[in-house]
Amino acid sequence: MARYRNLLLFAGVALLFILTGVFQSWNLSLNILNLALLSCIMAIGVNIQWGYAGLFSTGIVGSVALGGLAVVLVSANPVPAGWAAGGPRIFGALAFGAAAIAVAVWLYNRLKPGTNRALALALYLVVAFFIYRFILDAGVLGVEANNPAQAGNIGGLGLNSLLAWPVGALLAAAAAWVIGKIALGLREDYLAIATLGIAEIIVTVLRNEDWLARGVKNLIDLPRPWPVPKEVDLQVNPAFLDPVASLGLDPVTASTIFVKLLYATMFGLVLVLLVWGCERALNSPWGRMVRAIRDNEISAAAMGKDVKFRHLQIFIIGSAVVGLAGAMMTSMEGQLTPPSYLPLRFTFLIWVMVIVGGSGNNWGSILGGLLIGWLYLAVEFLGPQMMQILTAGLPEGNLKDHLQDTAAQMRLLTLGVVLLVVLRFAPKGLIPEK
Amino acid sequence: MDILNALTAFLNFIVVPGLAYGSQLALGALGITLIFGVLRFSNFAHGDTMAFGTAFVILFTWWFQSMGITAGPLPTALLALPFGILATIAMMLATDRVVYRYYRQVRAKPIILVIVSTGVMFVMNGLVRMIIGTSEQNFTDGARMMLNPQDFKTWTGLAEPLAIKTTQAISLAAAVICCALLFWFLQKTRTGKSMRAYSDNEDLALLSGISPERVVMITWIIAGTLATIAGTLYGLDKSYRGVVYFSLLMPMFAAAIVGGLGSPLGAVVGSFIVAFSELIVTSAWKKILGYLVPPEWLGDGLYQALSTDYKVAVSFGILIIVLLFRPQGIYGGK
Repeated sequence: MARYRNLLLFAGVALLFILTGVFQSWNLSLNILNLALLSCIMAIGVNIQWGYAGLFSTGIVGSVALGGLAVVLVSANPVPAGWAAGGPRIFGALAFGAAAIAVAVWLYNRLKPGTNRALALALYLVVAFFIYRFILDAGVLGVEANNPAQAGNIGGLGLNSLLAWPVGALLAAAAAWVIGKIALGLREDYLAIATLGIAEIIVTVLRNEDWLARGVKNLIDLPRPWPVPKEVDLQVNPAFLDPVASLGLDPVTASTIFVKLLYATMFGLVLVLLVWGCERALNSPWGRMVRAIRDNEISAAAMGKDVKFRHLQIFIIGSAVVGLAGAMMTSMEGQLTPPSYLPLRFTFLIWVMVIVGGSGNNWGSILGGLLIGWLYLAVEFLGPQMMQILTAGLPEGNLKDHLQDTAAQMRLLTLGVVLLVVLRFAPKGLIPEK
Repeated sequence: MDILNALTAFLNFIVVPGLAYGSQLALGALGITLIFGVLRFSNFAHGDTMAFGTAFVILFTWWFQSMGITAGPLPTALLALPFGILATIAMMLATDRVVYRYYRQVRAKPIILVIVSTGVMFVMNGLVRMIIGTSEQNFTDGARMMLNPQDFKTWTGLAEPLAIKTTQAISLAAAVICCALLFWFLQKTRTGKSMRAYSDNEDLALLSGISPERVVMITWIIAGTLATIAGTLYGLDKSYRGVVYFSLLMPMFAAAIVGGLGSPLGAVVGSFIVAFSELIVTSAWKKILGYLVPPEWLGDGLYQALSTDYKVAVSFGILIIVLLFRPQGIYGGK
């Protein structure tokens, strides 16, 4: 029975996408599907952290943004003049900063504890910071002065953006290592608070460091990942036009749908691989150990399991999966827009997906990702329509305008209520953990 | 060398704004630390509680202004404050009744409560946006300056001005009054003592006949009151946008953790540490240094360690230092 129930749930979600295709447009439906598939991958990453190990991170948006940054660094067109103007100097500064911190850690361990050590290290770090700024600033000025209207950044490597996907995962994993080292092993809330901060800093860096990815000037026209052609190329390619014409389709619509289907296939493939890996891991001795730690840390520790190390490991793996999805998203959208990295969209929405779907269960995360992903984007066209029907009887005026404006804000309220209701009445979610 | 001018500039750019901002943070962080002490979770909805309370204060302010009621040189918002506080308290108690109480009864893990509080944050944020919109609202009126920079210059004959905005003075005064009342309440009254007892050891408190529901209710009332005052003062001082209160969460958490979660005195001290660190790190020191050393030594740098966009990095840095070296905070919280 339970088996059929899950199938029914997935069929119901599929129906939502089909209805959107029939009543709105297939382009829109596929667009939502692609974003929902990416959300599914992010949800799996979060599920690894929360469902497997009970780690609550509020910094998902940071991992997503780092994934996006990886796409820019790996696949954006090179800007040789910008790089020459200060690229090596900037990286020298960053290397200096890393080395200075490493020396500080080494000194901290070597020196005798006490006030003198604290003062000496503080002084050392302040001096190191000013040297770092001295090296960095000139490089940044040089890079940003180079053709600021179109470039002003160090550019990328110009490689295929498929390569950026694992790089995105690596970047997110590195950030997770740093933050996990500091905040894990303390109270659970501290991880939530620390990740909130690091995510905000990552997004601020993307927004303000123009030399890196042009900041709020946005980086557009990133190349497509390998097998995906551009719509305009398809529309002049006879190998595509002939079959389309024989089917009697409009070439413009057909090309956009074809591209979206390609993306959907690629994302689906990654998702299937991930789920396969996760299911294998979850049913292995490693998976049993992790769940044992989640259910009772003290007894797991008593059995000789290194709880802190396992938490760190899982935190890193989960963040890497989210970073992968972030890279995939940026390479699909073909642009990096730092202002779009809102905690609401990429942290808390993903949380709602995991909890509604059923934490601890990979299939639950996928269902939650598809369902909530659809809902979140569908509200954009359904909300105003519904508000129009609801307010149809009202006379024209301020009240009607105000009510129709608030429709756009309904999203937040609805998400919050859904989260609270599910947590209260169905804490195991739609597909409970076995 | 011109020490007097340098000192004035230091007061003007660091001390006065730092005291005002620290006061606002302290009122917010006190709420966080009280909720942590009694209910034992980090309340992610606290920033939006501040936004919610302030939204109501603004609505009442507009209503008073439309009726021609003002507070003279003081902002009208001070008259509207009690009504905003009442609305927030009602909201807090309703939220506790509908949402949090269940989790207390089933003795849920603290982390579940943290997640629940993010749900509450969503709902409150949505409500605030629906009530007052997302655009910037200005509701400051009354006299703008308590100490006019021009007057200061003519009195003292210094080149540097010193300005104290009315809202800055009110912030500090409000923080002093609220802290005095709160500490008196916690130390001297029976209810306050029962709150501290409950926060220290729940089981012992229950054994000695303290009613947990009453303690929780009073905690929400105090936290709601402080949050509304903090939010209103911050809104008066800067300007009101519902979304900025979310970004106050980070400095407030940092302040509460620096002082030691659950320790009210720690929250106040921590808030001033965070506020002054933020200002010291993100201010441009060129002007102040210019009076102390010959200006030609300084070149054309701003002498600013981090741009103001990275404010959050400062509170985060403080948080990291505390987590690394003294996770229990200065005053040894939980």
